[in-house]
Amino acid sequence: MDWVLGHLDDIGSYTVQHAWLAGVPLVLGLLIAVPLGWLSRQYNWLYTPLVVGTGLLYTIPSLALFILMPLLLGTTILDPLNVVVAMTIYTLALLVRTVADALRSVPDSVTASATAMGLRPLRRLFTVELPLAVPVISAGMRVAAVSNVSIVSVAALIGVPQLGSLFTDGFQRDFLDPIVSGLVACVVLALLFDLVIVAATRLLTPWLRTGAPTGRAA
Amino acid sequence: MKGTTVKRTALLTSLAATAVLGLAGCGGGEEDPLASDGGDSSDSGGGGSVVIGSANFPENALLAEIYAGALGAAGVETETKLNIGSREVYLKALEPGDESVDIFPEYTGVLRDYFEPGQPGTAPDEVYDELVASLPEYLKVLEPSSAEDKDAVVVTQETADEYSLTEIGDLAEVAGDLTLGGPPEWKTRETGVPGLEKVYGVTFGDFRALDAGGPLTLNALLDGQVDAGNLFSTDPNIAAEDLVVLEDPEALFAAQNVVPLVRTEVLTDDIENTLNEVSAALDTDKLGDLVTRVVIDKEDPEDVAEDFLTDEGLN
Amino acid sequence: MNAVLTWLTDGAHWQGYDGILQRTWEHVWYSAIALAIAAALAIPLGLWVGHTGRARFLAVNLTGALRAVPSLGLLFASIMVLGSRLDGELATLVPTELVLVVLAVPPILAGAYAGVEQVDAAARDAARGMGMRGSEVLFKVELPCALPLISSGLRSAALQVVATATLAAAVGLGGLGRFLLDGLAVRDYAQMAGGAILVAALALLIDLVASTLQRVVVSPGLTGKTDRRDNALRRLKTTAAS
Repeated sequence: MDWVLGHLDDIGSYTVQHAWLAGVPLVLGLLIAVPLGWLSRQYNWLYTPLVVGTGLLYTIPSLALFILMPLLLGTTILDPLNVVVAMTIYTLALLVRTVADALRSVPDSVTASATAMGLRPLRRLFTVELPLAVPVISAGMRVAAVSNVSIVSVAALIGVPQLGSLFTDGFQRDFLDPIVSGLVACVVLALLFDLVIVAATRLLTPWLRTGAPTGRAA
Repeated sequence: MKGTTVKRTALLTSLAATAVLGLAGCGGGEEDPLASDGGDSSDSGGGGSVVIGSANFPENALLAEIYAGALGAAGVETETKLNIGSREVYLKALEPGDESVDIFPEYTGVLRDYFEPGQPGTAPDEVYDELVASLPEYLKVLEPSSAEDKDAVVVTQETADEYSLTEIGDLAEVAGDLTLGGPPEWKTRETGVPGLEKVYGVTFGDFRALDAGGPLTLNALLDGQVDAGNLFSTDPNIAAEDLVVLEDPEALFAAQNVVPLVRTEVLTDDIENTLNEVSAALDTDKLGDLVTRVVIDKEDPEDVAEDFLTDEGLN
Repeated sequence: MNAVLTWLTDGAHWQGYDGILQRTWEHVWYSAIALAIAAALAIPLGLWVGHTGRARFLAVNLTGALRAVPSLGLLFASIMVLGSRLDGELATLVPTELVLVVLAVPPILAGAYAGVEQVDAAARDAARGMGMRGSEVLFKVELPCALPLISSGLRSAALQVVATATLAAAVGLGGLGRFLLDGLAVRDYAQMAGGAILVAALALLIDLVASTLQRVVVSPGLTGKTDRRDNALRRLKTTAAS
């Protein structure tokens, strides 16, 4: 416990870095997953290759991906970009299926009426389909957020500082305090991400709050 | 209704592979500009401060802190990037085109073997000369310290008693029933399994890839997963856990003097003089004491480094 | 890329105690043990939560919290705490399996309780009306109806476990992770990339087998009627429930 109190500033700065490395890819992943999900709705034959293909990305071991990133990207080995890109790949792996399924779950009748009202596909996507898909996408984002917070810690093995650095430091010195602080900070950070996503979802789906309760959509 | 089901899986293996490659490619392209906006707030460019890195074990991080403290006191602006994985990972940070780190605390023997394995020298001077000759243009080593942290074959006191072991060669007759633990590269490295066989005629029944003198090897040794393990000679756990270092009379393990490895481009007289003073002030016993404070007493490397510099009048 | 292919297609790399076949076998074993333990814990618990509606809040938050625990940190901590109390290979095997079980429980648990919850209330009422007791309703109606979701939970757990079982090598055990670490140690990037490809291929293969099994196990009464949209909706419920 003394160790924790004496190292609050380290834990704090690791947490901030951890939040960046896990959070930025979450947003990037969503930005890429939406067009891919939309494509898989527009072109039905794309659904399975896209969903299976991106899902497969999740099975690439993180240590391998982190280490091979500089070779693929031409970045320097300590560049946080390596971690950001790798984490974006993992986020995509989780979100493409979610977004695709969320868009597919929008009832045909709704899309048909939107089309009948004269909305073009892109406009229809942003004003009708995506908003309706928000609760489900948000559920996927929550899973991805938690998963990102966990995987980022592996980047400690390639020298990118974040909460995982506390794990390697503690393990090297047979010292539980840093490891336990890192574990607690990770869980707290994941919880914060979760709260932010839930709050954003509420903001984006006002109709779920006003009407009769429609059950747990998300 | 587009009546597809998920029944096409047989076809999809190849499609999936294509999708993976395609996505990885376009993903990277789209993200670059965005990501560097978010991520590089703490990135240092080529100018200004000198970046000191370390490998991911406590002694090396401590040495990096000592270098940083001494250079700081000499008026050189520094920044540290500690615990950057294993040598195979972190030496890339010095290469032209990367250059994200300028200085690493290193060890003469392993560094020589990294750049040019299979050289004959084992004594400190020989190893150092061979190292200097093997270094690429863009790197320089400064004066070596007398402080050494050597590879060692270590056994528990019980094992040593049971087979009356004092030097590595004593293992020759019993090793067939024993397991050796060491870093993965020992399986093939000249100073690992092949060397033990060639120099001492010691052939272990089994070899287990663990870590480079880290907690895995230590624990495996203590709980009996391996009978002999590769630890480093300054490891304070050797004394704390009453382990026995087997002597190496044939000098299988080359000298491992602590030496600053610097990128030629950033090397100035200030840096050279300061780090040479540090190397002169260090010796194996002092290094062992400092490491003990970090590993056994759980003190912060920064604090221990500062105490050392103060004691030696280097800051 | 060529170097990777060369590494993968070299027959010598496939044989022996440190060959690809042996390492794959170890990898499958580590994963299977973890999945079996996780399923034995999470499926009964999930069915109970779904059936009784009790402790749902706890189950939802437990799955969330477990997902947030970083595997690397948990692995190190459990080796330090458990390792010293265990002998031999168990000192690292048990902590590794613990980490994999923690990873596998959330998706399986979520699949199980969401699966039971989404059973049509009318079906449940009909079963009661036919005079079934609580346990009969659970095993004859709710469980079969929940199978698709349970199996998708299992599949998602299997993917994560297979991908993460590479950690076993990081603590000195075997499995396909050995190629990543041994490759790294001697700067053999072809070996590393080859190892990563093998892990992904193994995960894909296991998923294919699982999806085939799922089709066999799940009652045609459930799948026959479902179209694409129902499938999608059902998947969403697992995600949402988690």
